[in-house]
Amino acid sequence: MNYSQEQVTKLKKKAIQVRANILEMIPPGKVGHLGGSSSIADVMAALYFHAMNVNASDPKDSKRDRLIMSKGHAVLVQYACLVEFGYFSREELGKVKTFKGMLQGHPDMDKTPGIEAVTGSLGQGLSVALGLALGFRLDKLPNHVYAILGDGELAEGQVWEAVMAAHGFKANNLTAIVDFNGLQATSTTKEIFPIENLAQKWSSFGWNVIEIDGHNMVQILDALEAAKAFTEGPSVILAHTIKGKCFPFAEGKAKYHNAAMTEDEYKEAWACIENLKKEVEA
Amino acid sequence: MRTSDSLRKTYGETLVELGKDNKDIVMLEADLGNSTMSAMFGAAYPDRYFQVGIAEQNMASVAAGLSLAGKIPFINSFAVFATGRGYDQIRSSVAIASLNVKICGSSAGLSDFGDGKTHQSIDDIALMQVLPNMTVLSPCDAIETEKMAKAMVECDGPIYLRINRNDLPLVSDPKANYKIGQMTEMVQGKDVVVFATGVMVQQSMEAAKILEKEGISIRVVNVSTIKPLDIDALESFCDGVKGVVTAEEHSIIGGLGSAVCSALSNKRLPIEVLGVQDRFGTSAENYSILLKNFGLESEDVAKKVRKILADN
Repeated sequence: MNYSQEQVTKLKKKAIQVRANILEMIPPGKVGHLGGSSSIADVMAALYFHAMNVNASDPKDSKRDRLIMSKGHAVLVQYACLVEFGYFSREELGKVKTFKGMLQGHPDMDKTPGIEAVTGSLGQGLSVALGLALGFRLDKLPNHVYAILGDGELAEGQVWEAVMAAHGFKANNLTAIVDFNGLQATSTTKEIFPIENLAQKWSSFGWNVIEIDGHNMVQILDALEAAKAFTEGPSVILAHTIKGKCFPFAEGKAKYHNAAMTEDEYKEAWACIENLKKEVEA
Repeated sequence: MRTSDSLRKTYGETLVELGKDNKDIVMLEADLGNSTMSAMFGAAYPDRYFQVGIAEQNMASVAAGLSLAGKIPFINSFAVFATGRGYDQIRSSVAIASLNVKICGSSAGLSDFGDGKTHQSIDDIALMQVLPNMTVLSPCDAIETEKMAKAMVECDGPIYLRINRNDLPLVSDPKANYKIGQMTEMVQGKDVVVFATGVMVQQSMEAAKILEKEGISIRVVNVSTIKPLDIDALESFCDGVKGVVTAEEHSIIGGLGSAVCSALSNKRLPIEVLGVQDRFGTSAENYSILLKNFGLESEDVAKKVRKILADN
């Protein structure tokens, strides 16, 4: 446990700020991936503001850890983190998905500082992360690589190709994080394919599996530490989350995978942010 | 200097040679390394050789990651799997960000004669040349294969190299300078120009001999870089001729013929496109049977030339 209660509180505040930043990107009437961005917001806050070595003054710093957003549609949450470091100006948040903005609808390393790969066609991010991890290991570099996957994304066969390969290559500088929110674009993950015993599935492929409540900051931090400390091979954190977390009107609803909020919902969402701020202060 | 007729062996040997000084070169393969000859690299530099198993999609995206870590990854498989099986991975993980990933598709065209249509690649040029940022190379022999492999390491960005499984006679000039993007006049002539690639370069050179006896003179140009196509050179090789023939061991849709037709669309020149008609391949006892039955022999090139002159 290399963190204090004070840090935990700081990170909880960051997670609220991250969700506020997400709201800024999807004002009423603008379609955006609210659900899958807010489900992974706590994990992303822990990664960017605690676990990862990032250098905002030099986005291409060779010492930086890498985060590959395999579930690329949730890139809003990554923009929400990056803007806190000043990778780009806050004004850009309002220009997301516009012709003149630098924040694309899906991650684009050529357009956005701090984005490390092109993702969005699902199922590819873990493989890219594995390639990076293997490259760092060849050069004997300590950089750690994280890949964020959606649970629905696990239906892509390539994910399991990467799972097998990462174990085969004993890639211990790689951590996969599954945003296990149980929902995908059209329905629940369970209805679409058998996702039960997910921990056993990964573990049978030789991965070190850590299962947590993906909204509990202490559990998240412990898991990230444990994953990095495990040196026998790759680790996966199965983060149980709620799609649309912190916005009750959207929580657990497939509809908010990619939707526009009404004026009322938007107001409600901001009220949620204010309440969360009060809670964490208390 | 290469004396081998095997493009695959030359490819493998050249990469081993290049890998000696350039430690950034890494090879990936999907359980076909003994066919693609990437296994030679693995024997020489086991640390820089990644056997990913029969998983071409993963291979393409892992290569993207390795290039992001500063490596020069080469991915190897049969052309049909290297390009088709991992198409979206090449598109999304590699080509969009223009990453420095080299794709080698061996057993291109009908050259895997015995294995039949599932293993023959008559659409790989189409798939790769449609991708922005992608360079597409198609050597005519082992000499050019060696030069290309060297140039691929020097040139940053995604490149697709398609090579023939079978031995091809050495037809190109070993002393000539090589750079990606150039097309080379192999036979001088004035009546018709034949733009050929891969095995069809040699077939077209033989066609020139057949036609010479009939008093017909053709210019044979080896288009070994299909993309980017040097349009200025293409146009200048058309100067004074009565028509154009394209020749490739690939579908007539989406390959060299399509690229040349697009490039010359504003010229008033008759063009005949020679290649695999809109159909899949088939198994055969040997490669020659396929070249004959799919209309990819020197006589087929000669027929196209005669047709142009007769229509003129």
